[in-house]
Amino acid sequence: MVGVVLVAGSAVGLWRRRTDGRLRVAQSTVPPGVTAEQTDGVSEPAEIDKLDPALLERLGVEPGRVTLLQFSTAFCAPCRAVRRVSGEVAALLPEIRHVEVDAESHLDEVRALDIWRTPTLLILDADGRVTRRATGVPTKPHLIAALAALLPA
Amino acid sequence: MELDPRGQRFAATITSVVIALVLITGSGWLALAQAVVFAITAYRPKWGPYALVYRGLFTPSGEREPAAPVRFAQLVGFVFLSTSAGGYLTGAETLGLGAAAFGLLAAFLNAAFGLCLGCEAYLGIRRLTGRNAESVRSV
Repeated sequence: MVGVVLVAGSAVGLWRRRTDGRLRVAQSTVPPGVTAEQTDGVSEPAEIDKLDPALLERLGVEPGRVTLLQFSTAFCAPCRAVRRVSGEVAALLPEIRHVEVDAESHLDEVRALDIWRTPTLLILDADGRVTRRATGVPTKPHLIAALAALLPA
Repeated sequence: MELDPRGQRFAATITSVVIALVLITGSGWLALAQAVVFAITAYRPKWGPYALVYRGLFTPSGEREPAAPVRFAQLVGFVFLSTSAGGYLTGAETLGLGAAAFGLLAAFLNAAFGLCLGCEAYLGIRRLTGRNAESVRSV
């Protein structure tokens, strides 16, 4: 029994070590290059789902800005590390805004965005689309690389 | 309140060994003893028996992490190990074994990988059971 639990635990731990902090490309997202610059507005690519502006407003996300949207809870030790990394990136790239949300006081939005664990970090483009999603702590270079694609050159 | 993360890892290691012994020996009393340790540590992390051992053996690392996640995890551990103790002591061996196995999984992940299973389950549980805290307050 002890052996079974330890083997299962090691498998879970190693899997989490590999996947944690990875900035996954969100499912229905814009092909790179056709993002924020299309301010003329007429031709919105149909496959992208923008988030409901009312939902974003409830989470404190400013429209029109690339945002690092972080979900945290009080019982979450790695949330602190995500706050630090995101804060540093936001300080480095002034166009970026970092917003940290207490997941517990926004359960409806948490359900709508399909968030199950903290910390979860979403990268929103200026039009309010989720382009990337990470659970766990992403590294600073990965975060900057993911954001660079969204910022005007 | 803030705690030394290395002390937490140390405590999780001892906890893993103790729960492994519970599984090997099937001792309900040992499970109960570990449940008491969890309860004390959840109430006052600095009074936690394993934290006292850590401070007796090592110089604290100087790093600090918030106490709330640790205390919550200890509470989850308490639930599992008191269930296990209850199972073993009333003859419900399977319950005792199952609850202790979950306790060992959580303690081992914490000791070996620094993962806190209880903390991660927290949002999931709140999602399933809770309403928006804001809307609860405004009622």
